[in-house]
Amino acid sequence: MESWLVRPISEIAAAVTRGDVSAEEIARASLAAIEHKDPSLGAFLTVSADAALAQARAVDAKRARGEKLGKLAGVPVALKDALCTRGVPTTCGSKILARGARGWHPPYDATVVTRLKEADAVLPGKCNMDEFAMGSSTENSAYFPAKNPWDRSRSPGGSSGGSAVAVAARMTAGALGSDTGGSIRQPAAFTNVVGVKPTYGRVSRFGLVAFASSLDQIGPFAVDVRGAARVLEVIAGHDPSDATSLAEPVGAYEAACGKSPRGIRIGVPEEYFAEGLEAEVSASVRTAIDDLARAGCLIRPIKLPHTAYAVATYYILATAEASSNLARFDGVRFGLRVEPPRGTLADMYGQTRDTGFGDEVKRRIMLGTYVLSAGYYDAYYLKAQRVRTLIRRDFERAFSEVDLIATPTSPVPPFRLGERVKDPLSMYLADVYTLPASLAGLPALSLPCAPTAPREDRPALPVGLQLMAAPLDEERLFTVAAAFEAVSPARSLALPPA
Amino acid sequence: MPTETVKGQAFLGEEEVRKVAKLARLELRTDEIIRMTAELSAIVRYVQKLGELDTTDVVPMAHVRLARTVLREDAPRAGLSHDDALAEAPRVAHDGFAVPAFVDD
Repeated sequence: MESWLVRPISEIAAAVTRGDVSAEEIARASLAAIEHKDPSLGAFLTVSADAALAQARAVDAKRARGEKLGKLAGVPVALKDALCTRGVPTTCGSKILARGARGWHPPYDATVVTRLKEADAVLPGKCNMDEFAMGSSTENSAYFPAKNPWDRSRSPGGSSGGSAVAVAARMTAGALGSDTGGSIRQPAAFTNVVGVKPTYGRVSRFGLVAFASSLDQIGPFAVDVRGAARVLEVIAGHDPSDATSLAEPVGAYEAACGKSPRGIRIGVPEEYFAEGLEAEVSASVRTAIDDLARAGCLIRPIKLPHTAYAVATYYILATAEASSNLARFDGVRFGLRVEPPRGTLADMYGQTRDTGFGDEVKRRIMLGTYVLSAGYYDAYYLKAQRVRTLIRRDFERAFSEVDLIATPTSPVPPFRLGERVKDPLSMYLADVYTLPASLAGLPALSLPCAPTAPREDRPALPVGLQLMAAPLDEERLFTVAAAFEAVSPARSLALPPA
Repeated sequence: MPTETVKGQAFLGEEEVRKVAKLARLELRTDEIIRMTAELSAIVRYVQKLGELDTTDVVPMAHVRLARTVLREDAPRAGLSHDDALAEAPRVAHDGFAVPAFVDD
């Protein structure tokens, strides 16, 4: 039965729709895979077996009644634990949302969760993540680190590491993550799956625990480009509950996967092939770009001169926004409360937050509070907002000459657990290639290209190719990604060791 | 100025970190203050890299696409029920959220 989970989303949905297999059988296969594999991977924080089986049976009953099934009929989709789920605990990877053993139970479903359910998907559980999505390795989870299925001594990336691992290890066919500065793309690259960060505003964030509201965006993971396209079609679109959600119609993303990439102009920015990029990653990505040229794309060198300033810009703006967003965790209305005897309200706030937040979250709240505080606002926060404009202008100029931009997703292959977590700045610098698209609000995806060669000290490791597009040009992104996928050497690395 | 300058590079002192922690409502322990002072100093030094750029005439960008605030139709609709809102409260009294007594601080 587990063999169903190695198949792409479109095949699973088609098989359930035809009645070749029941949604319940697929759900049981997914739950069995989680039970068997997850103890050594740490991808899930909560497994909601009863709810998943009930959803699956409802899909089967719908089919038995002769009703038309949705695009994700019976497809198991894992959810990053930053997404609110009614009836299922939501921790955001933090102890501050785990009051006692019970965990926080949100009073509503996130819009993306509602849309997945409406499309007849089955939701087996909530995935591990860096606390409040702050991190690039899933080591900042308040519970346990997630492990890379290709080498369990290495990180699967982050912050949506659990979601990526759920798909990479074929525990679920799809997953949702959130991406504020690369938190979908980088773990996709580290685990050899496809991960998409849509245009800012394309997917409703209603019910996503907020980190940095001018950057946060929800997106899918899948083993193939077409599967990711289908999930995005399901979750995208206007939502009156999110004031930043865009009214523009949703594109035909899955249909775009079958189109010819001929004549599409692809820019290659020299700034993304500079110091700090591991030679093998560079070679793999350059080979992928050669493959795109052979597929009929037109390759052009471009310049994105402010790339080197993205990390500094991001860590000012994202922390400033986080310090404000995380003010709501005060012990009053939900989650943890630490109330010292005869203490004041201020004591309760301070002790609840000191006890409930982990080190990285405190660090970012502190940095964000600092850059917004009197005397520093202009020098840091306003300055970073101005540089953000320069970064966006770089892209506007580039997209007047090319249609897409191709780069590495990460400068390095998956690093070892513990290698960077003690040095916050080195962890931040791992996001250097994914931050610019976030700051400019662009759609971007990561898909597998040739893995590194196995060495004495490490096995073959996944490498991600990042493609970026102009706002709302997801369709072209999927066209080129699907064309590359068809010839990608990463197929030789299709399944992680059991 | 609590931020000191050494060879042109600003860094944070422990006093300043304590002040920021108070603003952020984080009751940090002394060992956390010491560690945070070093870590934040390193990050602040790094982000000063932005000072290399002349941004005199550049408009600050707060948001990607939000040109105006979107308003929904001004029609009443059901919100969270009272029971749902209180269901996760750490302490409830008189049908509301209970907090320690406070005057002003």
